[in-house]
Amino acid sequence: MATMTLDKKLAILSDAAKYDASCASSGGQKRDSRDGKGIGSVTGSGICHAYAPDGRCISLLKILMTNFCIYDCAYCVNRVSSNVQRARFTPEEVIHLTLEFYRRNYIEGLFLSSGIIRSPDDTMADMVRIAKSLRQEHRFRGYIHLKTIPDADPKLIEEAGLFADRLSINVELPTDRAVKDYAPEKSPDQIRRAMADVRLLKEARQDKSFTGKRPAKFAPAGQSTQMIVGADGATDTTILQSSSRLYSSYKLRRVYYSAFSPIPDASAVLPLIQPPLVREHRLYQADWLLRFYGFDVDEIASATSDGNLDLAVDPKLAWALANRHLFPIDVNRADRELLLRVPGFGTKTVDRVLKTRRHRTLRYDDLRRMGANLRSAKPFMHALDWTPRGLTDTADLRARFAPPPEQLSLF
Amino acid sequence: MYSIHLPEIGTFDAWRDKARALLAAAVAPEDVLWTCGRDSPDLFQAAGPLPQGDRTATASKAFISMANLAIWHRDPERFSRLYALLFALQSDQRLMSDKADPRVAKLTAMSKEVSRDKHKMTAFLRFREVGDRNAPRRSFAAWFEPTHLICEPIAPFFAKRFGDMDWKIFTPDLSIHFNGNISFAPGQPKPPIADDATEELWRTYYRSIFNPARVKTRAMQSEMPKKYWKNLPEAQLIPEMLAEAQARAQSMADAAPTLAPARAARVSERLRAQQAQHSENADQFTTSIQGCRRCSLWKNATQAVVGTGPLDAEIMIVGEQPGDHEDLAGQPFVGPAGQLLDQGLAGAGIDRSRVYVTNAVKHFKFRANGRQRIHQSPNRTEIENCKWWLDLEIERVAPKLLVALGATALESLTGTRHDLLNCRGSLERTPDGRPVFVTVHPSYILRLPNSERAAALSNFTDDLHKVAALLQPDSPLAAKPGIA
Repeated sequence: MATMTLDKKLAILSDAAKYDASCASSGGQKRDSRDGKGIGSVTGSGICHAYAPDGRCISLLKILMTNFCIYDCAYCVNRVSSNVQRARFTPEEVIHLTLEFYRRNYIEGLFLSSGIIRSPDDTMADMVRIAKSLRQEHRFRGYIHLKTIPDADPKLIEEAGLFADRLSINVELPTDRAVKDYAPEKSPDQIRRAMADVRLLKEARQDKSFTGKRPAKFAPAGQSTQMIVGADGATDTTILQSSSRLYSSYKLRRVYYSAFSPIPDASAVLPLIQPPLVREHRLYQADWLLRFYGFDVDEIASATSDGNLDLAVDPKLAWALANRHLFPIDVNRADRELLLRVPGFGTKTVDRVLKTRRHRTLRYDDLRRMGANLRSAKPFMHALDWTPRGLTDTADLRARFAPPPEQLSLF
Repeated sequence: MYSIHLPEIGTFDAWRDKARALLAAAVAPEDVLWTCGRDSPDLFQAAGPLPQGDRTATASKAFISMANLAIWHRDPERFSRLYALLFALQSDQRLMSDKADPRVAKLTAMSKEVSRDKHKMTAFLRFREVGDRNAPRRSFAAWFEPTHLICEPIAPFFAKRFGDMDWKIFTPDLSIHFNGNISFAPGQPKPPIADDATEELWRTYYRSIFNPARVKTRAMQSEMPKKYWKNLPEAQLIPEMLAEAQARAQSMADAAPTLAPARAARVSERLRAQQAQHSENADQFTTSIQGCRRCSLWKNATQAVVGTGPLDAEIMIVGEQPGDHEDLAGQPFVGPAGQLLDQGLAGAGIDRSRVYVTNAVKHFKFRANGRQRIHQSPNRTEIENCKWWLDLEIERVAPKLLVALGATALESLTGTRHDLLNCRGSLERTPDGRPVFVTVHPSYILRLPNSERAAALSNFTDDLHKVAALLQPDSPLAAKPGIA
């Protein structure tokens, strides 16, 4: 143990951290080090410094403090019953790596998570100590994301929020039943209460005091969570209901969906059946519809056949195909809510349409210049020089968008 | 025809000054030739003096911020395009918001390309340490090849980020030097920068953070195009990582489950003992209500909210159900309605800490609407299901007087639906004969228009005065306390 090099530890502890999908560095409190007395800046919008061949961005140094863990969660590579190699960073090593990587412009900051050692309180206290030292001793002004442990003392979570830009607590699986089955030591109730605490702490610090002074910001980039998709039998509708509840109840910035992925030394309880990666992608699309397009879960669910999203076409197109009686929509007259329902129109395109309509009656080419995806949009809208005629109601409309059927291999 | 040559540094300010002068004299866009930096000025056109004029030029904020990006584009036509649009804007300022106009669309696209290039430079530039590690200000250097001429506008970003170190960024167009202050030097070919040992650690990190079970090279390349790879220390690993990925994923899937290490059973047992100990210490009533599955309201709520207050309280106040705030905090009446209740109680001289406060329904019923939770009234079945818990609380506290706030509480306590306003201020009875004083729910006051609120609050306080009076030794209730 004592002879393990820093390189070896980094290999083990970043390998163990990669199953957390989040790597966002956006939304932090704006600050910089132009005064020359510290290092780092947060601009508000995140930067992805590299992309791994799995298509995920690398924005933060995402590591575990240790991958020793006393919990036995079936889906997790670090569970106590797994035979993976274990390692543990000293706080100085985490700080050293963060600062040296940061100075070379490899990262935006640190995303620190940990297996649970000794007790949730001890582990959380160690993580808070690292964040505090980075901020106070090393005057680090970059981004810090701390994974909080739901069972830890609320006082520690409060302290964590003062040093970190973002806090997150993973709900792990979409239903309480699944959490009980696959993560027997975790309590879904406790996870919910911890998220509630974070929201209350954040809101309590938004009010000015009697003297008009603002208290120090608590987790300015808010909180997020992650759900593993495809490990249990939950349908996409169940997953989206669960996220919609999380967004409304705890004001989460993001819910991340992570397609269940094969892990080294998998548990016998949970067979390694990998859901298609496109399912994860469709869930994110549906999530966007919920948050930015005014859809609600029941509408998205109504366009699915068995509660699962159509993998061949995106959820907005699937909804439009199932609700053709509402189309085509006149881009020169329709209001914002309706324009947002047109497949191929994003929020920015809709804003541009609304602005430009004041100047002119829109034509097909105008829409192209404004960034609309007309391949998807044209059956569902009409403009000055474009009408879809019978296209909206053709029987094979879905086939125009879905990937062509493939012949099965004979061998 | 006028020929204008702009400097390589300070291009934007110089362009703006010239454009202002040209507009003052109303020079048409087709009469101006623009050149910049190392481009040679037009051979056949001597740089004559600019004409004088006294028209004032105006430009909107939207134009300036777009111009301040598009001007760094490598396209030599950028200056004339910008001037042409600015010229057109003088007669129609609203043109900027016409996103379908070809001139606006083209310049918007150019400014987007520049801002993407700027963003990619902040992302993919890699410093190497070139000086003494222990110097008071450490020294770093980097080589980068931006697509557009963005060194000048990007320099402040790096100065803000790496304020406590000296650094140099070399590019073919321009070099940036920082030692507390930014300065620029001419561009140069790639200089030799010595290896940095930390790059090896970074490569280890890049290799380990990759999940071989999910290969999505297109997603990677659309965000990190190959043109940047040659200057990225980690990118040379990509071919090898991709080659091994499938075999690594397959071997994980094929591996047979292993036996848990010997310490696992020990650790798990100790943890379970601790958790059992913890739940034994908890209050039995609270633990069992948290596990309540009598109806489906628990699914969306954070937690069941039980009553608070002394178990020997004389008054028990029953509300409808926890709200948004109560659901998060796990305490009844702590949100806006709770504050009104506190005001009312204080006005009536009742000490809240001597009152047991609870709700007819223990879980928050709501409809998720984006990032808001919209309160929904519980239905009859839900009220009946939760009555079981309310009865337990009444039994535990055995109050002299129950106070029903609103119709739901009244229905739960008396078992029948009453017209609330008809029986407000009166004394009803529970089926087993306990007295129930009836008043409105404080959230009813919150829903009233501002003008009616003060009166409603004073009526509510009056009702609570009656509650206080009912518990005086000379009241009829005191004569036959508890069950009548």
